[in-house]
Amino acid sequence: MRNLLRWETALVFLLVVVALTGQVSTDGSFLSGGNLFYLGLDIGEIALIALPLTLVIVAGEIDLSVASVLGLSSALIGWLWNAGWSLETIIPTVIVAGAVCGAVNGLLVTRLGLPSLAVTIGTLALYRGLALVVLGDTAVADFPASYTSFGTTPVPGTDIPYPIVLAAVLAVLFGVALHASSFGRSVYAIGANEEGARFSGIRVKRVKLSLFVLAGAVAAIAGIVYTFRFSSARADNGLGLELAVVAAVLLGGVSIFGGKGTLFGVLAGVLLLGGLRNLLILQDTSTEVLTIVTGLLLLVSVLAPSVTRRVASLRKAAP
Amino acid sequence: MNTRLALTLVMSGVLALTACGGGTTKDSAGDQTGGATNAAKGDPNAALKEGLKITFLPKQVNNPYFTVAQKGAEQAGTAIKAEVKPTGPSDAAASSQVTYINTAAQQKQDALVISANDANAVAPALKSARQQGLKVVTFDSDAAPDARDVFINQATSNEIAAGQVKLISEAVGGSGEIAILSATPNATNQNAWIEVMKTELAKPEYSGLKLVETAYGNDDDQTSFQKTQGLLQAHPNLKGIISPTTVGVAAAARYLSSSEYKGKVQLTGLGTPNQMRKFVQDDTVKSFALWDPSKLGYLATYTAAALASGQITGAEGEKYKAGELGDYTIGAKGEVVLGPPTVFTKDNIDKFDF
Repeated sequence: MRNLLRWETALVFLLVVVALTGQVSTDGSFLSGGNLFYLGLDIGEIALIALPLTLVIVAGEIDLSVASVLGLSSALIGWLWNAGWSLETIIPTVIVAGAVCGAVNGLLVTRLGLPSLAVTIGTLALYRGLALVVLGDTAVADFPASYTSFGTTPVPGTDIPYPIVLAAVLAVLFGVALHASSFGRSVYAIGANEEGARFSGIRVKRVKLSLFVLAGAVAAIAGIVYTFRFSSARADNGLGLELAVVAAVLLGGVSIFGGKGTLFGVLAGVLLLGGLRNLLILQDTSTEVLTIVTGLLLLVSVLAPSVTRRVASLRKAAP
Repeated sequence: MNTRLALTLVMSGVLALTACGGGTTKDSAGDQTGGATNAAKGDPNAALKEGLKITFLPKQVNNPYFTVAQKGAEQAGTAIKAEVKPTGPSDAAASSQVTYINTAAQQKQDALVISANDANAVAPALKSARQQGLKVVTFDSDAAPDARDVFINQATSNEIAAGQVKLISEAVGGSGEIAILSATPNATNQNAWIEVMKTELAKPEYSGLKLVETAYGNDDDQTSFQKTQGLLQAHPNLKGIISPTTVGVAAAARYLSSSEYKGKVQLTGLGTPNQMRKFVQDDTVKSFALWDPSKLGYLATYTAAALASGQITGAEGEKYKAGELGDYTIGAKGEVVLGPPTVFTKDNIDKFDF
């Protein structure tokens, strides 16, 4: 636990460093309201999906199909909109469809006992394929401005983008669920020791299934946000986004082996990755460097906890 | 407990999203804000400003076609003493340009030159950038017309198709059977060109040419290769093939160069110099055409500078000068046409690298 606390302190420290160097090197443009608005827009979907994915990974599982669920929900929006449905019907329908996608993942993992890595690599391809079947390679873009404008305008009187408001509300809900409820304790218990959790009377399969359902539903919500933000429903929306989300969650200090991590760390991770990327682009860093920096940061995030743990155990061993 | 929690979370998401009003369908939804508004008038005598900051945003970086366009843009930048800043995403996904558009606005650039990955996905960001004072010029691939000031079109269908017919007529000596190797049967561009080609062929100067078949290679290398073979077997008197697609013309050239028909059956089309170089050098192909991406980048940058200097506003009929390319006039819907495609032959092909 002390290591984890340390990692989150390190993240906050890194955030402050990025913010300060950014502020100085861009003559105050980095922390200006306008840029923070764009930064918020860029990390909106990643922040949303990172929330349920944190719980999934803490429980010792993984869901790599989230970006494909995002694409499928975007394709569904376009298809249903073309079919004349109202957006008020489309939105709940799409969220339910996302939850069903998640349930398929969850059932395959819990009922058939398959590893979630393999299952969700399969459904990553399957859901993206379905999205292409639904909408093909066309784009639907004639959504009303009343819906799409929330991707280009901030909450009146502030510089806060609407997707961030949504992410913040869900972050509070997920934070309470993970850190302040018995449900959250059972998630940690499953991730730390599944057998032990089962013998303690935790309904492991049901908890895991509900986590996958949540991941699917929130990925669908992210798909709705994505579609309206770009006013473009396409089957290839969010292609490859799952890697950015997993990267942010791991950077946030969540152990890929389960049982460890906090939502606060993950949000800091999302902010750090997004902020760094925004800053590098603002300073005209080339795309290649951008990818390399992101990759290195991820490596550090995986290495750092195990290194600190080893150092700590060495210290303990010493007389 | 678990299920109830899950439901609560999902429902709160639903509520948060659906809270914004009722009954919006495709039919009830009004049209979005339309039409580029050009209230101000351009001053044709205004001098080009020096030190303009122009962002050059291709569909993706490290794409040979756009690297050539970028060279043209930088050349124009040097000529007008503007700072041209190339940037862009490493993937050509629909939405990956948006971050870079927002960054250009944040950096308070004077103008943005962009080839849009998706006409609509970039539109909201472009509109917001324009509201912040940036002039937006699209080239190669347009964005929604109300999201940009001017679109630089590489060539009109008429120019492309008429040019192709002229090239094949020259190659076969004005008479004989010809065929077309197209992309897919429902490719919009290709079909428009084929229609114009047929009109051209009806003209008296091409009375010696006879179009015997239009084949479709589906823009697939292997299929195009086999269709070329098929055309030659089906029409023993075939003199020439037009393939107005970069995939088709390269595949047809590959087949011809290794067959007995080399030099006997002529080939022209739309291709890139790098793909076609060896077939031009080994005399399989006398000439082919394509617009020059560097000129496209050059013209787009000049247009952006003219907009940012107040010479033009993007309204139809306005005239301006684009350096060594000469004078241009803005056409309907804010479009400017680069001009006839460049013809590549053995003499000039080594000057091009894309």
